[in-house]
Amino acid sequence: MSALLRNPKAWVALLCLLPLLRLVGLGFSGGLGANPIEFITRSTGTWTLVGLLVTLSVTPLRRLTGRADLVRYRRMLGLFAFFYACLHFVTYVWLDQFFDPAAIVRDIVKRPFITVGFTAFVLLLPLAVTSTHAMMRRLGRRWQQLHRLIYVIALLGVIHFLWLVKKDLTEPLTFGAVLALLLALRLPWGVALLQAARSRFVSAKY
Amino acid sequence: MLIRQPNDIPPSEITPPEVYRERRRFMQGMGALAAGTVLGAAPDADAGIRLAGVRASPYKLDDERTPYKDVTTYNNFYEFGTGKSDPAKHAGSLKTRPWTVAVEGEVRNPRMYDIDTLLKLAPLEERVYRMRCVEGWSMVIPWAGFPLQEIIRRAEPTGNAKYIEFVTLNDPRQMPGQRSRVLDWPYVEGLRLDEAMHPLTLLAVGLYGEVLPNQNGAPIRLVVPWKYGFKSAKSIVRIRFVEKQPLTAWMAAAPREYGFYSNVNPQVDHPRWSQAKERRIGEFFKRDTLMFNGYGEQVARLYRGMDLQKFF
Repeated sequence: MSALLRNPKAWVALLCLLPLLRLVGLGFSGGLGANPIEFITRSTGTWTLVGLLVTLSVTPLRRLTGRADLVRYRRMLGLFAFFYACLHFVTYVWLDQFFDPAAIVRDIVKRPFITVGFTAFVLLLPLAVTSTHAMMRRLGRRWQQLHRLIYVIALLGVIHFLWLVKKDLTEPLTFGAVLALLLALRLPWGVALLQAARSRFVSAKY
Repeated sequence: MLIRQPNDIPPSEITPPEVYRERRRFMQGMGALAAGTVLGAAPDADAGIRLAGVRASPYKLDDERTPYKDVTTYNNFYEFGTGKSDPAKHAGSLKTRPWTVAVEGEVRNPRMYDIDTLLKLAPLEERVYRMRCVEGWSMVIPWAGFPLQEIIRRAEPTGNAKYIEFVTLNDPRQMPGQRSRVLDWPYVEGLRLDEAMHPLTLLAVGLYGEVLPNQNGAPIRLVVPWKYGFKSAKSIVRIRFVEKQPLTAWMAAAPREYGFYSNVNPQVDHPRWSQAKERRIGEFFKRDTLMFNGYGEQVARLYRGMDLQKFF
């Protein structure tokens, strides 16, 4: 038990579970409001996007701090993003549409934001399946190529959010801005910027 | 749905015993209000006070009513923020007294009504209407109010009056949501004159027999039950008779998505989502959306010969 408490991964996992625990708590205390299904859909969707962005921030953070071990958390963070995406998808299929395949197909074709969101979810599947060490070894170089799909997935996720809101774009645009920043930091000048910041940080320290 | 002709109503139903009890409760309410003023209670202290003499009306539904708590904590009123719970959280800053409503434009009798005069203009009746939001959820709400035509008749529209424009209060100090430019303030809505004259079109001043809470559009709001909810302008300060079709707030914001008519229509989808079904608040399964929100028998004639795909 104490070993578990000393394991930072356990703490990160617990942190990642908090949004779910909050939903369950609100559900039991009647705190989900007048439209609980909408609340759950919104919440799981939001946390999927947060999870994707947190996963995407591992590499820039590693470059900024020079702490290579941060990459150890990336798989778990990515899988939590996938976990919330699954909850989001199940909420839609089960609570929102109640397993009506005809309605779901119609919805996916008809509503552009559902089309985009569904595409993002489907693209997440191969990434989750190939997240194990064994798969990494088996795929070798192609593993990294495959997992670059997360850039597309995050972008589709932001578009999915952007297209569903009626008017107030503040929230989706905030996600979009953070994503743009995280992607820009991967461009050559972004990497250079991070390295410059790091050398400054390091020289100030000694 | 049960809409009986007025002559079918037995006399016993016209003055229900509750009215007497309600009057008594109203008197108690006035006492509470006076006390609230002295003690400096929240500005929204009027909400929850029984309205006196609200008559039963033939406009009722067999559908179960949406609980008061849901009606008053889950709605759109962008003047107080774009979240569904924002109106309930922030509408306390709205002051509904003093309040005036200007009736102006193409009329022979323009008039500035004081809200308390307006409340006594016509007998208040309870009307239980379906409310369908353009976002795909719905409620069943017992409003208290009087038909808009009561004001129109008194105003005597001229031959030039073809439309009516409704304008909501524009005061960012009272309405914090107006500090953001999410819509072009003030909120403007409109109806064609014949829609405005329709007996279903209501000016509501109450909810569940009580004074309308701020978040639901106090002190006076429009209720047009066969149109999407946003057509029913809240906290109205101006009713203007005009010749040209008004440019409404949502048409200005997204002309491709929100038309002037905005009649509830399961066959005409919003460009980004289907309007075929709706979630009635409190229900698990979605239900089919009804043409004209179930009021087709009463209002379909207003749109005879019109292409509703084009005039959405």
